[in-house]
Amino acid sequence: MQFFLNITLGGIATGMIVAAVALGLVLIFRATNIVNFAQGAMAMMTTYIAYAVLHKGSGYWLAFVVALATGLLFGALTQVVLIRPLQGKSPLNAIIVTFGFLIFLEGLAGAIWGSQTRTFPAPFSEAGQKIGNTQIAFSPFDVFVVLAVLALMILMLVLFRGTDLGLRMRAVAFAPETARLLGVRVRPLLTLGWALSAAAGVLAALLVVPTSSLTPNFMDVILIYGFTAAVVGGLDSPVGALVGGLATGLSLAYVGGYLGGSLEPMAALALVIVSLMIRPEGLFARPAPRRV
Amino acid sequence: MPVLEIEDLSVSYGAVHALTDVSFTAAEGEVTAVLGANGAGKTTLLRAITGLVRPRKGTVRYDGEQLDKMSVEKIVRHGVAHVPEGRSVIEEMTVDENLRLGALWRFSRRQRGPVIEEIYGLFPPLAERRRQHANTLSGGERQMLAIGRALVSRPKVLLLDEPSLGLAPIVTARLMAVLRDLTQASNLIVVLVEQNARSSLSIAQKAVVINLGRVVVCDDAAKLAGDTELRHHYLGY
Repeated sequence: MQFFLNITLGGIATGMIVAAVALGLVLIFRATNIVNFAQGAMAMMTTYIAYAVLHKGSGYWLAFVVALATGLLFGALTQVVLIRPLQGKSPLNAIIVTFGFLIFLEGLAGAIWGSQTRTFPAPFSEAGQKIGNTQIAFSPFDVFVVLAVLALMILMLVLFRGTDLGLRMRAVAFAPETARLLGVRVRPLLTLGWALSAAAGVLAALLVVPTSSLTPNFMDVILIYGFTAAVVGGLDSPVGALVGGLATGLSLAYVGGYLGGSLEPMAALALVIVSLMIRPEGLFARPAPRRV
Repeated sequence: MPVLEIEDLSVSYGAVHALTDVSFTAAEGEVTAVLGANGAGKTTLLRAITGLVRPRKGTVRYDGEQLDKMSVEKIVRHGVAHVPEGRSVIEEMTVDENLRLGALWRFSRRQRGPVIEEIYGLFPPLAERRRQHANTLSGGERQMLAIGRALVSRPKVLLLDEPSLGLAPIVTARLMAVLRDLTQASNLIVVLVEQNARSSLSIAQKAVVINLGRVVVCDDAAKLAGDTELRHHYLGY
């Protein structure tokens, strides 16, 4: 029972990180039908910058804020420079560009910082806690992970449901042409969408890097899990990203805990296959538009 | 008196000529019905007026200003509202959010409430469903919402694409009556694209018949409705 509880808690912590990655993917996909393969690599670059800030002697939190801000900027810049010129063409063009950007960024990071692993600190202890006589594998850092991603989700919810800006962003995501006919300026909103998406990716990177250590490709695996979560939840649903993330995290934890860690990637693939068989559009996706 | 003036408008999609040298003028306080068969170019005409497609040649002017080089958002800000064909309401949003979206660029947060209430007064069935998602609305209610969302920004030019499509005759009649009253009360310029010639001619002052992208008739609506031969030939009734 204690073992089950512990891997469940671990699965939730992983699931929240995966959910942040999935949320980043969803933010871009539902506005533009582009799957951003470079999201992980962009977050990786930003994490190296945070690492440099840390090693200048600044505290963790300054590095944390710098990373998020750099992420926002990097996302906006990527949209303006790489994606905007492809607007009006098939989304496939942009998807291939993001894939190329992924390879470019990982190569660039290797060239600048080398491929040796670096350790990136956590802001809180990563050791499990004792509650009464029971050892719980849920560290203060895990609590921080869950709270940070929850905070991100709540911020997004407030933005989308409670503000005029969010109303505009949703309009652009659901019906870009109708939005323009209602006077919404679409271009800056797409840039903002990429900025927010990149920031979500950076948050995920900062939460995963203390346990995985920093290398040019440390985000690859977590990005694949993020895809899994987004596909399971529905590529255009932020709620789906959260649920899909938790489902993915828990599946990985149970398979890893009971069957062995080397089977984890297989579990992710199995989850995708099963969910595509049962509900190909994803759990929370909106129904495809019907023309009558 | 400001008018909407369309002059020599031509639009092509690649090698296909959708519109060729279309000219007509729509006046304030009047409904101008644009009629024609499927594929005649009626939808293209409205899309060219709001900038969703760029004309190959010709001009669109409103109140002396040339619209055809402006961006869609800018044309909207000049008071041109376009209700596209079919389900143009945003289904994932509530009725209230759809209306708010229409008012965003025009009114401050405080002004928006009363303006939206006016629309609910105009279309009472919407008021009962303000918190519901638009995908729960009937066809008629959707059309009311789409038109209400266009009106909420107090436009001067209203472009309507097939508002009667898929509606029951009685709903269409009610919608047309609201449109007629509104056009006169707010001194609107209404361009009404319809396949349903009978109902649109009943409220229009002017009629433009388009056939294969060219204007073949441009006359008083009453005259067209009275001319049996023309009606048979172009409108099929």
